[in-house]
Amino acid sequence: MRVEGKGRINRDKPLKFTFDGKTYQGFEGDTLASALLANDVALVGRSFKYHRPRGIVTAGSDDPNGLVELSRGPYGAAIPNTRATMQSLYEGLDAKSQNHLGPLGFDLLAVNDLAAPFLSAGFYYKTFMWPRRFWEAVYEPLIRRAAGLGRLSREMEAEPSEKAFAHCDLLVIGAGPAGLTAALVAAEAGADVILVDENTELGGRLWLEDVVIDDRPAQTWVTQIWAKLSAMPNVRIMPRCTVTGAYDGGTYGMIERVGIDHAPSDTIPRECFWRITARAAILATGAVERPIAFADNDRPAIMMAGAMRAYLDRHGVLPARKIALFVSTDQGHRDALALQAAGATIAAVIDPRSDATAFGDYPLYRSAEVVATRGRKRISGITIRDASGKTTDLDIGALGISGGWNPNIHLACHMGARAIWHAEKSCFLAPEGAVPALTYAGSAAGYFSTAECLTSGFAAAIKALSELGLTPPHTPCPIAPPSHERAKPHWVVSGKKRAWIDFANDVTTKDIRLAAQEGYQSVEHMKRYTTQGMAPDQGRSSNTTAIAVLADATGRGIAETGTTTYRPPFVPVSLGAIGAGAQGKGFAPERLTTSHAASVARGAPMVATGLWYRASYFPQNGETTWLQSCNREVGYVRNSVGVVDVSTLGKIAVSGPDAARFLDFVYSNIMSTLPEGRVRYGLMLREDGFVMDDGTCARIGSYDYVITTTTAAAAEVMAHLEFVAQVFCPNWKLSLTSTTEAWAQFAVAGPKAFDLVSGLTTGLLREDLPFMGWVARDVLGVPARIFRISFSGEEGYEIAVPVGYGASLYDALLTRAEAMGGGPYGVEALNVLRLEKGFITHAEINGRVTAGDLGMAGLLSKKKSDFIGRAGAAREGLLDPARPALIGLRPVDDRSKILAGGHLFEADAKPIRESSKGYVSSACFSPTLGHPIALGFFVEGRARHGDQVKMVDHLRGQETLCEICPPVFFDPDGGRMRD
Amino acid sequence: MRYSGLRVIAEGLTGQKSWARAWRDPAPKAQYDMIIIGGGGHGLATAYYLAKNHGITNIAVLEKGYLGGGNIGRNTTIVRANYLLEGNSQFYSHSLKLWEGLEQDLNYNVMHSQRGIINLFHSDGQRDAFARRGNAMINQGDDAILLERDELRRMIPYLDYDQTRFPIFGGLYHKRGGTARHDAVAWGYARAADQRGVDLIQNCEVTGIDIHQGRVTGVQTTRGAMTARKVGIVVAGRSSQVAAMAGLRLPIESHVLQAFVTEGLKPVIDHVITYGMGHFYISQSDKGGLVFGGDLDFYASYAARGNLPTAEHVVETGMTLMPMIGQAKMLRSWGGIMDMSSDGSPIIDKSPIEGLYLNCGWCYGGFKAVPGSGYAFAHLMATDRPHQSAERYRLDRFEKGRGLMDEEGRGSQHNLH
Amino acid sequence: MRIPCPICGERDSREFRPKGDITYADRPAAEAGNAAWHSYLHLRDNQPGEIVEIWRHAHGCGAWISVTRNTVSHAVLGAKLLRDRGQDHAG
Repeated sequence: MRVEGKGRINRDKPLKFTFDGKTYQGFEGDTLASALLANDVALVGRSFKYHRPRGIVTAGSDDPNGLVELSRGPYGAAIPNTRATMQSLYEGLDAKSQNHLGPLGFDLLAVNDLAAPFLSAGFYYKTFMWPRRFWEAVYEPLIRRAAGLGRLSREMEAEPSEKAFAHCDLLVIGAGPAGLTAALVAAEAGADVILVDENTELGGRLWLEDVVIDDRPAQTWVTQIWAKLSAMPNVRIMPRCTVTGAYDGGTYGMIERVGIDHAPSDTIPRECFWRITARAAILATGAVERPIAFADNDRPAIMMAGAMRAYLDRHGVLPARKIALFVSTDQGHRDALALQAAGATIAAVIDPRSDATAFGDYPLYRSAEVVATRGRKRISGITIRDASGKTTDLDIGALGISGGWNPNIHLACHMGARAIWHAEKSCFLAPEGAVPALTYAGSAAGYFSTAECLTSGFAAAIKALSELGLTPPHTPCPIAPPSHERAKPHWVVSGKKRAWIDFANDVTTKDIRLAAQEGYQSVEHMKRYTTQGMAPDQGRSSNTTAIAVLADATGRGIAETGTTTYRPPFVPVSLGAIGAGAQGKGFAPERLTTSHAASVARGAPMVATGLWYRASYFPQNGETTWLQSCNREVGYVRNSVGVVDVSTLGKIAVSGPDAARFLDFVYSNIMSTLPEGRVRYGLMLREDGFVMDDGTCARIGSYDYVITTTTAAAAEVMAHLEFVAQVFCPNWKLSLTSTTEAWAQFAVAGPKAFDLVSGLTTGLLREDLPFMGWVARDVLGVPARIFRISFSGEEGYEIAVPVGYGASLYDALLTRAEAMGGGPYGVEALNVLRLEKGFITHAEINGRVTAGDLGMAGLLSKKKSDFIGRAGAAREGLLDPARPALIGLRPVDDRSKILAGGHLFEADAKPIRESSKGYVSSACFSPTLGHPIALGFFVEGRARHGDQVKMVDHLRGQETLCEICPPVFFDPDGGRMRD
Repeated sequence: MRYSGLRVIAEGLTGQKSWARAWRDPAPKAQYDMIIIGGGGHGLATAYYLAKNHGITNIAVLEKGYLGGGNIGRNTTIVRANYLLEGNSQFYSHSLKLWEGLEQDLNYNVMHSQRGIINLFHSDGQRDAFARRGNAMINQGDDAILLERDELRRMIPYLDYDQTRFPIFGGLYHKRGGTARHDAVAWGYARAADQRGVDLIQNCEVTGIDIHQGRVTGVQTTRGAMTARKVGIVVAGRSSQVAAMAGLRLPIESHVLQAFVTEGLKPVIDHVITYGMGHFYISQSDKGGLVFGGDLDFYASYAARGNLPTAEHVVETGMTLMPMIGQAKMLRSWGGIMDMSSDGSPIIDKSPIEGLYLNCGWCYGGFKAVPGSGYAFAHLMATDRPHQSAERYRLDRFEKGRGLMDEEGRGSQHNLH
Repeated sequence: MRIPCPICGERDSREFRPKGDITYADRPAAEAGNAAWHSYLHLRDNQPGEIVEIWRHAHGCGAWISVTRNTVSHAVLGAKLLRDRGQDHAG
């Protein structure tokens, strides 16, 4: 219910919202949680395992229960597991509760709670094993349906999110008293400061404290410091931001809730994931209040005392008129006073400490505990038991809990450090230096009074400034009156009924004791066996209590028991934010050739080839399948002339006095003897002796070469050559330049290719350009290089022009080719043409083949004393004559299909692994020869030409009797391309 | 104590009072017949099969930390037998057969779920390569189905088929592939080995390997010295570190692999799905979290944690493949230490030192191998002959270049597998 | 992780690509024999702690560098240009 005159909400700005279809009203400045509480909605969800009714427990990102599904209107997909405590209210906000069958109030799966005796920790490891087939068919689907919390829609469109980078001298994480002080001191010293806070406003707990800082009320102090920092150009203040992880090199991940606190809009992103690089950082993330485990402590309207205080002071909300508090901290008593002052009736403060004193006028039950609670959908009463064993029943509307404080040290432990138990402060703290250049301050460092928070924030800033090499300013440390925060941990109230530790995963003290009983005694075993700490809150409120219970059950101390590993992210982070921008085409760059637009205009399907797109084929009227187009295009090349864009092949300029020597070292064959004006085929090996790539090498001048790589291996080859040059030949006079994107290059191939090419330039005679030669010429007035090379087996020329002329040259080539009865061809025809000739691609160079396997042992130069891969290739296993060798295949009946991916067997062998002797690497129908052809590998294949073998493709139900033949099917002498 | 549904009900009615320890906490003895260094999945499975198949029970498993605390407690839980190459084919096929029936064998529900794995492909060339792999699977006697795009779309409607950067052409479907509850595998083997008399010794770090005249005689540990005739090193991630105690260098670099899980969600992904244009694999745990992973961070690491560039890239890959996960939230990330071998395949072999055996080099595929690895390693340690399923996992294949199993075709650089 | 490129200065590791242990830079002579080549191609000390590792500033200047780094803490202790080792290992 709302209290007049309290809270920093804007009562002039009412907001309508719906929860489970019912409309309510809140105000600007509310969170969804505060607005629900203001409307007396205590039941917000159902628990994970037992489907118990659950309500809001905290006022922060650690809340274990208040997860709802948030609708995002026109953006379609709703967001499951949205934290009501962190979700700002906006007009029209529409949220639904999760994890129930039937309405929230009458969840049919609540039957699970009745079966709880049989659903103890790890029960599923002990049953559901018979009969064997039932796991996938019966048990698992039941478990899966019962488990999970929110529902992921399968909708495609996601509201856009963003990613960003930031750099600073000092990152201050948390803007409570310690963080504000640290940020101010560092900023006044001139440091570039980023100050972040998870909440919408700075100040943290200072808004809830009746304390004076520098002679002003804390709230005034916050407002003044906030204003001062906002005015400083070297300070960036980032509210609604949670630092999610600490990584190497001063890198921090952070999630900013940008648009999610507003109605969906197409002008602001939902969230932004930041990568912040900070030279130093201060952890001032505060602490979360620790619950107490007692019987049925999970009922709606049982909340942390500090959360009640936060809802009152921030939002003017009381959870009920009549409230009791079960606390073992002095802070809990002060919270009781504040609630009382706002009009609540404090029915009781129950304090297990024997020396507890009342801070005001309310009934105090000293040395007492809450031993039972009542009320199904919200708490209606409690039973108190005092030291003498006397019990008292009280009717109440809400119960506040305070069992101490757990510092938020997670970020400090993200790099593997283990938290250390501090017996005097009764909490886990991070060891010093756990993250380089990260200093801890405030209650995250175990300082729980405002005065200590201020001084530790100040000290942290001074330390950070010295690391940054900056002089501390003359700013004095803000001062608050000293106070001694008395608190004594009270972990568990003993009793027979279930007492919850991990609300989110429904883990009780009994589960933890059972784990210990069964030998799961390491804290990691306990966690994994009971699932404690594995829910959406990563056990932030429950871990320490669970460790205390385990320590008790095993007889070890808390210090020896230790914590589990803290791992990022500190709060759950949307994948849409971490992966922002990658959806759809954004995943990888798109590289387009200069012929792209013209190809698309001709209706060519563009197919991704690495990062490039290439035309697959060019359909013409009347053609209904790609094969018809492909066959026609093959015909262009075999009978007249075809044109294809080959710009995607890698091109590297190798220059310098040592260029020739270098090429001899990186190719397995010799390049230094290549005369100017000539081109040679070359093979590159990896250092382990297997083939890395193939391509051509053209000598441009005495010190200049241009080499080509395959499209697939261009980047790898460039990196490899740079490695060899920089590491193995650092003193050689040599430079390497990738020129792939500098040249547009087109292959013109076919019997009429020379006619076409010579028509583009002047005075070019056939004898000027013999096979495997190149010339520099003007082509249509543009300086160009013309290479006479062929990947089709026909007379072929590749014309390279500066990339800016590519599109117009392509147009000119097509116009002329079409006039000669030819035209463009795509990669489908390209593949058929090369297969007819037995030319290899990365279908054959699959990373596991040797030069010998490919029939190219002759390219391993015996004249050179060394080259990359020479030693590796000399290993006995790579020289084994029984290795599968490249072969050609044709169906014996000239009709049956041969399928790439099929395996090869002797004709009479059973098609099983033990008898597999090879495989088909590439296959097609040869329109030139009129039958299917294929390349493949077969054991000792070169000695088997003429033999019949069986191709078996189980997947596609194809079995074909094939004849092994030489891999060159068409024009084996090469006369067509050479002469 | 035998686990059963009736027992669960009986204990439920009587307050869970009689559940016994899953395994004892024995004091180390001075003498064992065999010592297994490493209480992870592979080590525990080795001990179990030594006891079960070979009747050798005077065994200690020495674990530096807690049982199952290494990579078996930190992976993406995928179980499959979908390899291309001779050597891997028969090994993983055998391992999968052991998975099928593991619950009954161990009397522990490891939740092995054969929900099917689909490897997506995005080009004709990839289809050919996957077809070759699928045919190799069937040659081996395992299952594979080649799904074209339309069939796939009916099965898995929530992928981005058309707008994505690399359109989906189809997938290779391995029905018997799936997942299992990783921790339970370690615990199930531990409990079953313990019941057969194996000593599982936790918080016991091996600090030295005793070698006398070229043969192993025992180990030094933080809990005292122990003698044994045979010692097996099964500490993937830290193989080089332990092997160095015996003066050995291995063809291994240790790298970090990260993995990720989201908050619990109602059932939405019913298979294991892998992307073909980059490393990305995802499934949904029975608890509801989406469990996914991708590439190595690529730098050598013993830190069991990674950095953001890889984490972001993995999520980006997921976003282009199935944008619906944009609304899910990453709950936790973790990193494991991987033995990256020179050809991407493991080693189960004798070492050059008599009585010292190696089980290492699992790269990031060790989880599914646990039963097969334990079975084969136990066979090797007991009989001094390789088990036929693992006879190609030899240490000398690298030097000789014979029998390399480079599934990715990436060569000898460790971090490329 | 931040890598101090000797040419470009300190940059996020996402600009770089690691290759592996520094062993890759110490290429044996062609006739060094099987054992030396086996050691070069495959065998690694691979002990936890400080190592020297090869990285490339792939999305930067393209330099191949040796990075001294701790594999337990991930602390980066320095980087040098491999080119500056100065010795030619090729023929």
